[in-house]
Amino acid sequence: MSARMFGAPVQRTEDERLLTGRGAYLDDLGADAYAAVFVRSPHAHARVRDVDVTDALDVDGLIAVYTHEDLTGPMAEPLPLLLPHPCIVDGRTPHALAAGYVHHVGAPVAMVVARDRYLAEDAAERIAVDYEVLAPVVGIEAAVAAEHVVHAGMSDNVAAHLVQEVGDARAAIAAAPHRLELDLDIERSACTPMEGRGVYARWDEAGGSLRLYSSTQTASGVRAAVAAKLGLDVGRVEVVVPDVGGGFGVKIMHPWPEEVMVPWAARRLGHGVKWTEDRREHFIAAAHERGQRHTVRAGFDDEGRLLGLDVEILHDNGAYLPYGVIVPIVTSTQLLGPYKPGAYRVEFRSLYTTTVIVTPYRGAGRPQGVFAMERTMDAIADRLGRDRAEVREVNLIRPDEMPYDQGLLFQDGRPLVYDSGDYPRTLRMVKELIGWEGFAAERERARAEGRRIGIGLACYVEGTGPGPYEGGHVQVGTDGRVRVATGLTSQGQGHHTILAQIVADELGVAMSDVEVTTGDTRRMPYSVGTFASRGAVMSGSAVALAARKVREKALRVAADALEADPGDLEIAGGRVHVRGVPGAGMDLGTVAVLSNPLRYAFDEASRAATQFARPADHAAPPVPEGDAPGLEGTDFHSPLRSTFANGAHAVVVETDPETAEITILRYCVVHDCGRLVNPLIVEGQIHGGVAQGVAGALYERMAYDADGQLLNASFMDFLVPYASEIPPIRIAHLETPSPLNPLGVKGAGEAGVIPGAAVIASAIEDAEGFPVRSMPISPSDLFGLRRRFAAGEIPPLRRAERARGRRANETGEPDV
Amino acid sequence: MESDIILRVNGREWPLRVDTRTTLLDALRERLGVTSPKKGCDHGQCGACTVLLDGRRINGCLVLAVACDGSEVVTAEGLGTDGELHPVQQAFVDHDGFQCGYCTPGQVCSAVGMLEEVAAGWPSAAGRPVADTPVLDDAEIRERMSGNLCRCGAYANIVTAVRAAKEVSR
Repeated sequence: MSARMFGAPVQRTEDERLLTGRGAYLDDLGADAYAAVFVRSPHAHARVRDVDVTDALDVDGLIAVYTHEDLTGPMAEPLPLLLPHPCIVDGRTPHALAAGYVHHVGAPVAMVVARDRYLAEDAAERIAVDYEVLAPVVGIEAAVAAEHVVHAGMSDNVAAHLVQEVGDARAAIAAAPHRLELDLDIERSACTPMEGRGVYARWDEAGGSLRLYSSTQTASGVRAAVAAKLGLDVGRVEVVVPDVGGGFGVKIMHPWPEEVMVPWAARRLGHGVKWTEDRREHFIAAAHERGQRHTVRAGFDDEGRLLGLDVEILHDNGAYLPYGVIVPIVTSTQLLGPYKPGAYRVEFRSLYTTTVIVTPYRGAGRPQGVFAMERTMDAIADRLGRDRAEVREVNLIRPDEMPYDQGLLFQDGRPLVYDSGDYPRTLRMVKELIGWEGFAAERERARAEGRRIGIGLACYVEGTGPGPYEGGHVQVGTDGRVRVATGLTSQGQGHHTILAQIVADELGVAMSDVEVTTGDTRRMPYSVGTFASRGAVMSGSAVALAARKVREKALRVAADALEADPGDLEIAGGRVHVRGVPGAGMDLGTVAVLSNPLRYAFDEASRAATQFARPADHAAPPVPEGDAPGLEGTDFHSPLRSTFANGAHAVVVETDPETAEITILRYCVVHDCGRLVNPLIVEGQIHGGVAQGVAGALYERMAYDADGQLLNASFMDFLVPYASEIPPIRIAHLETPSPLNPLGVKGAGEAGVIPGAAVIASAIEDAEGFPVRSMPISPSDLFGLRRRFAAGEIPPLRRAERARGRRANETGEPDV
Repeated sequence: MESDIILRVNGREWPLRVDTRTTLLDALRERLGVTSPKKGCDHGQCGACTVLLDGRRINGCLVLAVACDGSEVVTAEGLGTDGELHPVQQAFVDHDGFQCGYCTPGQVCSAVGMLEEVAAGWPSAAGRPVADTPVLDDAEIRERMSGNLCRCGAYANIVTAVRAAKEVSR
């Protein structure tokens, strides 16, 4: 029996190719394609009076210039409203090229195609666009004030509005023994994968078909969207996703204006066309996330038990709403985390601003929700003089309450029911890992040395693996190799490895005999995409189900050939044999040959499958009724609802008393994503998430000025951390299986990032002794807070006052 | 303006006529089809285009090809020998030092160049007196690798991989 691959820390099959430079990313393809460049709006809000391309036409090597005027039919219409949620009040989407108005800096106005990128850039510079500048709407305050509106025909800037309520939260708060209110603020950030967006299209005139390569998180989505825009049958559009240099959410948005313009131009020109996004374009013309303001009102009892929670969310969705409405929906629902407030009311307004669109970034609204809930827990603890972990403990859903129905509708439109999890144990484990109990003494010792240290804690629950479905196709070749395809795409998560592990176990073959293809509509046309931590849950389950079908057929075909009972057979090491008699069997490759009855023999192997090879049952057709030729199977996983992973982070930070520099001393993670397919890969995902969480808490923000210009649109000014900023991370796993899929797995991709801002804010306020209510926090932000605190504009934490009182009593010094 | 130059890339000699404005990165990617150096920002801020130029790590996007006439360029494709991975590449496999792989060719070139710098006694900004012989602890590795962004955030394992590669090369 071969060793089980599921659960083993198997090295990634992707690695060697990517390490030796044999990866093929979008810009590594299409060397002979024409290059496209987009002329983009320099204004946040303007009417386009005229586009004069005359000067560009002189550039040698220019192939074509397109503006909105050149587009007809569906191409001239706005791009689709991808998520038509009923909460949308007025859903605006952009045109492929500006149709009279631009609503953010970076909006595409014209497309230039030339022999190479240099020439295309030269020509683009010569295009003169005459703008009538209109009033910008930048930031949540301006959007709410609605002194100016982003979209003509609207009376305010509210794109979507939703209230969800379980119980009467406001009455519960009014009747509660204790009440508090918090105003919270999280700024914008962005995915900024190392590889930006990119599209390369080839039109096959003879076949009337399109081949599209895109650096996307959804091949099938792009296929359907492009087919609709170009008026093509989906069968005439193939989308192939090459290696993708990171996504983190931004590449699930589709179709981008560029993603429809490039294939449209390729078809029109009868020539390959490629567009590769540059870094500045990615900052100003792709998508951001995170920007939200919350007002939290909480009512609680003497133990800190939440009796009522009322949260109002203002969400900046940027200029359009093709996809982004999902972000405040996720925030509203995932804010609850592992807790069970007596009553809950949440209301959000999603607001248009004249800034680039907001679509999910790893965590997708959860970091903001967790920030709100965990700040609330800390504030309750401080109000009551209780330990912060204790207050969380009394609010946790217990394991015996699972499945737990929160009474809301989740982002997939299905009930927010937690399937499994042991939240109290998660909390206990993270306290142990970080050294929670002994920390008060540690903090006092540091203080005696003139150092400020603080500890923070944050818990979260993450709905992962939403439907509607994902598919798997598993085929055993006559060479005995197993080819697996699933439709969702891969951006570094190691899908090829974990799917091979799963199939290797199910079929009893070596992992090295399994080849996996992702994101290729030629191999698996039915798919949704890679988002919401759904790769392992959805495609993992789908390929397992498909492999089980193949296994069943392999046993059946082999049993027939071996004149044995299928129940007496097993598959191991790529061979089907009679259980306990390894000699009595045949290779899977031979089974594949026999599973496809042939008229013609092509080689020695296929001779065995011809009609003359062996006596046939003349009462039955060569391919039995209900069966199909070939040793292959397709199946789909369509879950009842999302599965809910959970975890807790704890951190110890040090803040420099002079410079306000913030240093992470210890970072601990307890993580439960159900059964682990590959701990090595899960830990890599956690490391990456934590790095982005730390980045969002301490370094990254989008600095728009009042005119809607993004002032830090480069890696020089938008501070993605380097190795020098990211601390070592201690991880402990819990494995509470999910009952909702055949593997018992939950998603792991986003978890690491979710509590980042919450846990670091918790630790900084512990070190400083005053509340931290907005993130990110830079040394200069902290310095500013200290000044306001010293000036009496910010109240101290009560526990800091109490500690000071204790110190004063012990030393006999007056309490100041 | 165009110039005739010779680039030696991964042991192979390439005579090239280049527009003098062409960066080494573009010459490698677009003229020679050597695509492992990636264009992550084109402004010297991300390190994805790091290659070894006459043994020293540089950002390919900040060097003009014409200035590399006669120079030896090594990219991730050329690091290993006889089908064997370079010890730094092997360490990245062993310690799961990457995810999407886009920054990785730059990371491994950077690590190879960095280990040479350490061996040659070059100081870093990690805080030690310049005269001290460099000791490659994790703080030094983090500082010395801090020209290469990894948005997948594989830094924890990159540091481990570089430390392991250093052990092997000892």
